[in-house]
Parts: sequence; C-alpha cells; structure tokens
Amino acid sequence: MLLKSILLALQSIKRNVMRSFLTMLGIVIGVAAVITMVTLGNGATKAISNQIASLGSNLLMVMPRMEFRPGSSSTAQPFENRDVEAIREQIGSLKAVAPMVESSATVVYGANNWSTSATGTTNDYFTASNWTFAAGRPFSEAEIQSGKAVCVIGETIRKELFAGKDPIGASLRVKGFGAEVIGLLKSKGQGGMGRDQDDMIVMPLRTVQRRIAGNQKINMMMLSVKDGVLSDDVVNQIKLLLRERRHVGAGEEDDFEVMDTKEIAQTLSGTTKTLTGLLGAVAAVSLLVGGIGIMNIMLVSVTERTREIGIRLAVGALENEVLLQFMVEAITLACVGGLVGIAMATGTAMILAHAMAVPYVFNPGINILSFFFSAAIGILFGYMPARRAAKLNPIVALRHE
Amino acid sequence: MANNGTPLIELAGLTKSYGEGAAQIMALNGVDLRVEEGDFVAIMGPSGSGKSTVMNILGCLDTPTGGAYLFRGVHVERLTSRQRTLLRRYFLGFVFQGFNLLARTSAIENVELPLLYRGVPKAERHQAASAALAQVGLTGWEKHTPAELSGGQQQRVAIARALVTDPQILLADEPTGNLDSRRGREIMDLLVSLNKDRGLTILMVTHDHDMAGYAHRVIRFVDGVVERDDANGRAL
Ligand SMILES: Nc1ncnc2c1ncn2[C@@H]1O[C@H](COP(=O)(O)OP(=O)(O)OP(=O)(O)O)[C@@H](O)[C@H]1O
Ligand SMILES: [Mg+2]
Repeated sequence: MLLKSILLALQSIKRNVMRSFLTMLGIVIGVAAVITMVTLGNGATKAISNQIASLGSNLLMVMPRMEFRPGSSSTAQPFENRDVEAIREQIGSLKAVAPMVESSATVVYGANNWSTSATGTTNDYFTASNWTFAAGRPFSEAEIQSGKAVCVIGETIRKELFAGKDPIGASLRVKGFGAEVIGLLKSKGQGGMGRDQDDMIVMPLRTVQRRIAGNQKINMMMLSVKDGVLSDDVVNQIKLLLRERRHVGAGEEDDFEVMDTKEIAQTLSGTTKTLTGLLGAVAAVSLLVGGIGIMNIMLVSVTERTREIGIRLAVGALENEVLLQFMVEAITLACVGGLVGIAMATGTAMILAHAMAVPYVFNPGINILSFFFSAAIGILFGYMPARRAAKLNPIVALRHE
Repeated sequence: MANNGTPLIELAGLTKSYGEGAAQIMALNGVDLRVEEGDFVAIMGPSGSGKSTVMNILGCLDTPTGGAYLFRGVHVERLTSRQRTLLRRYFLGFVFQGFNLLARTSAIENVELPLLYRGVPKAERHQAASAALAQVGLTGWEKHTPAELSGGQQQRVAIARALVTDPQILLADEPTGNLDSRRGREIMDLLVSLNKDRGLTILMVTHDHDMAGYAHRVIRFVDGVVERDDANGRAL
C-alpha cells in the first residue's frame, strides 16, 4: 500500500508540474531566506566578538583630552615617562602598562617601500593587546633601555616588503635609519571600521621618541587590568592619580580620557544583538510569506484535488490510501524544497559573508528549524484539505466547486 | 429471469433530501425497486426526477436519507464508509453523467485506476485496460488525456473504466448521452452482449427511447418516485 501510494504521489507531482514547482518554490524561498539571514547575522556577531577578543580583555586606554573649538582644536599636554612609572608603581591590579607613541613612517626594504605606522612602546604592549609572535622575539631589556633600532613587524609589512623571504634579521630603513627586524607578529586581520591591524611596525619607545618624533612625549597609555578586578575602580584610581600629577584643580574637568574597552565591547555586542534580531524578524517575515505562498497554491488547487479525490474514492480507493498518497506527495515536495532551500542558503550565505567580510558560521539549529517549519506548512496545507475531502461521500467530493 | 429468493438489489421506501428546513428538496420520495441478477434495466424520466440520485445511492457514492437499500440482502445503508468503498471496488462499475476522468492523465491510466486499487500487477493492469479501451473502440487513443479527447471519446473511456474490473453490476448514468446514434448503438450492442454472455447486471439511465429499447425493462421516474415499471416485452 505504501509503495502504491509513493507511485501515485510521484505520478501526481509529475502531472501537476506547475503546482508542484510553485509549492516547492514557496518552501525554497522561505527556507533559504531565513537561513541566509540568520547565518549572516551570526557571522556579523562572530566578526565583532573576534574583534573584541583581539582588543584584549579589560583594556584601558588613557590619552590626553582633545578639545574641539570652532576654528581650532587643541590637545592637552601629553604624558611623560614619569606618569607611566607612577601608574605602574601606585596602581595595583594592572597586568600591563604600555606607554605608546604613534607616528607615521615610510619603511623601505630593498626596492620596496610601504607607508605605515610606527608604534613606540614596551613589551607590555604585546601583552595588553593580545599579540602573539609568529616568529622572532620581543624586545630585550637592553634594547628598550638604550632605544636600539630594532623592530617587530606586522603581517602586512612582511607581505608587502618581504614577499616570501624571511624578514627576521633583515634591516629595514625607517625614516632614514636602519632597524633590524627581530620579530613578526601573528596576523589579527581586519579590525574595527576596516582598519588593517597588521599594518604597522613596533619599536622600543625610546627609539621612536628619539629618532622619529624627536621628543619625549607619550601620546597614549594602554593598560591591561588583571582578571577578576572591577575596571571601574581602577579607572577611578587612575583618574585621581593623573588629576593630581597633571595639576587639575578641583571642579575642573579631566584633561585626559580613560576609555574602557569593556564599554566599547558592550556597545558593539548590543548593536549586533539588535542586528541579529532585525535580520531574524525579516527572515521570519519571509518564512511567513513563503508559507502563505504554499497555502495559496494548495487552497487554489483544493477544488481540483477534491474532485480528484472523489474520482479515486468512486473507483474504489480507501480513505487511507488516498490520504497516504497526498501525504507522500506533500512530504516529498516539502523535503525536496527544504533541501534545495538549504543548499541555496549555504551558497548565498557563503558568497554574501565573503562580500561583507564577515566569517561564515554554519548554524545547524536554524537549518533544522526552518526546514521543519516550512515542511510542516507544506504538509499541513497539502494534507489537510485532502483529509477533509477524503472523508466526504464520493459524490459530494465530485460535485465540489 | 428466474427469481431465486433474494434479489440482487432491493430498494424499499428509499428517500433522499437535500438541504434543510424551508430550502429542503426531496430528490427521492420513497422508491421501491427490485433488480434481479442478470437484469438489464433502463431508467427514464424527466430532468430532475431523481434518476442520478438513485444511481449514486445504488453505486454507494451517496447515502440515502431514509429507507432501505439491500445488496444481496445486505443493508448497505448500515455499512461503514470503508465497507461501502470495498463494495464499490469489487462489485460495482459506475459510469458518471459527467465522465469524471482524472485530468492530465492518459486514457489508459484512467482505465487502469480501479485495477490499481484492486492491487492488480502492472503488466496485467495494462493489458486489461488496453482490452477495455479496444472494446469501446478507442484503440490508438490510449496515450491521450481527457483534454485531447472529444466528449464522446471521454464517455467511452469512462465506460471502459467501469467495465475493466469485470464488475457484477454496471451502473451507467446516460452512457450514450454524448455519442452519435451509430456509436451509441455500438455501445449498446457491447452492453447487450456483456449482459447476455457474462450475465452482467445493468442499470442505465437514458433519455433516448431507442437506447431504452435494448433493455429488458424500462422504469420511469417522476418526482422522485417510480411511476411506471415495464418489462420490455419480456416477462419478469
Ligand atoms: N447536491 C444537491 N443539492 C441539492 N439538490 C440536489 C443535489 N443533487 C440533486 N439535487 C436535486 O435533486 C433532484 C433530482 O436530481 P437528479 O440529479 O437525481 O435528477 P436527474 O433525474 O438525474 O436529472 P437529469 O436528467 O437532468 O440528469 C433535482 O431537483 C435536483 O435539483
Ligand atoms: Mg442525472
């Protein structure tokens, strides 16, 4: 009986090509839309959380305040080495304290040159911002103390200047002096707002101060807070200390800023949650539209189906036999449509993820969920009218209009 | 034909109404009828007199509102829907006034359909269906769908579908209504020979006195009751 029903169902699909195709189309679109959108939403979330992870956890950025007034902008005085020392000595619960000086620089190796940024800092910088070494080593104490002309380069620099050659030990020309490459950082890829995090070289603080900037200023400090410590407390301690050191009078505003990356992370992940929610809503609507499409086709064909059922009953088909046939037909269409939808969604999501520069994250849950949802709609609307028709007296089914 | 006790079909006080309350229509008003095995009955009567209604009930396609329908002494009106289906499947052949063929389905597949539900294997099914189509003069038209056939050809496909199972009773609602008189006579000759050679019991609705002339017995319906019951020059 099952075999008979499968045979009849396949015959029926073949005979009603257009109807079968449209039903399947509804399922395909519903499934594909939902999976694509949710997958992209997941990808975007993943991209942002990757970014947050690459910032390093519990990171504080301290920088002089920038004032914007009509016509001019001014920056409060930069930090000094003594400020860094004071923070290191007086604020507990810090894992790393990295002073930073950033300067743009053109680096030359052989016939290749590349314009990038040079950061002067200490080894704490690598700890604080989660850099790991692909090759070579960080600075030695002596190199930091004496401001030796050595540098650690990012992956982009290796690609642009060394193309296949081993950069370690090579000598780069930076702003007219030669610097030995002692380390290569492992790639972090794109950062926030499309910035290439690997496009930079890192040198000892003194080296940049003396040879590139030509002064003793420190533009920024990057501090990493120990795990399990409330960063709010640390921020307050730093503020008190710096206000005192920088002679900010009571009642005056800070002339520096302390940014907590946790806050940035929270803002970002809040945004992605909203984004995923929005995509999910759009997807739900498309699933619904797909479902209504299926419903429509099924309802339009109810008259014809009812009459067909009447004929089958009249020539001696049992109710169950008719129902099984329609069930098999609905399941076949729903499953084929669902699988095609999943295949299409996977392809589309991969292409779009690539185009949007977010990772492709396969989400089995949404695949299964949307497959079963649209399959259920297909089966429900394919099967329910058939069930009603099969319960009728054959003559009533035959007269259906 | 000899009456050996239980008739093949017996209707007693059969009624059928459609609708409710004021809008109620009595399609059958107490029909009494006996049909013996091997009989060939023509049913005549004006339009709306209840001919199709009684045929549908006889064919187990519809259920009566009141009265009794006995098939070989079994009360059909008390059977379950499943039992009535099996009765249709194994004993009855039905030709509808409106053909009722499956759309987009070839003539031969339409004729094979009742055999399929009987569980007849494919090859045998195909052979029987071809033979039935040949009987009604449709050799060469097997692959055509109803939309590609004339009204008369569709009617003959419907007749072939009713005969392919080799039923005990053929219930035919105006089987020659769409046929020209030559085709009509051919079909009647076929029915006469099936009646004579195989003892097929036939009940046939017709508006045509010539066609009714082939039957042993003519029953006339008026307003949902049997008004006249004539043996066509033959003793019952
Ligand atoms: N489904 C229905 N609902 C309501 N009334 C019906 C229905 N079917 C038949 N009738 C009514 O029952 C009566 C008998 O109809 P029936 O079809 O049996 O007539 P008939 O003798 O076959 O007529 P014709 O010669 O035109 O085929 C008619 O008055 C008809 O209007
Ligand atoms: Mg009629």
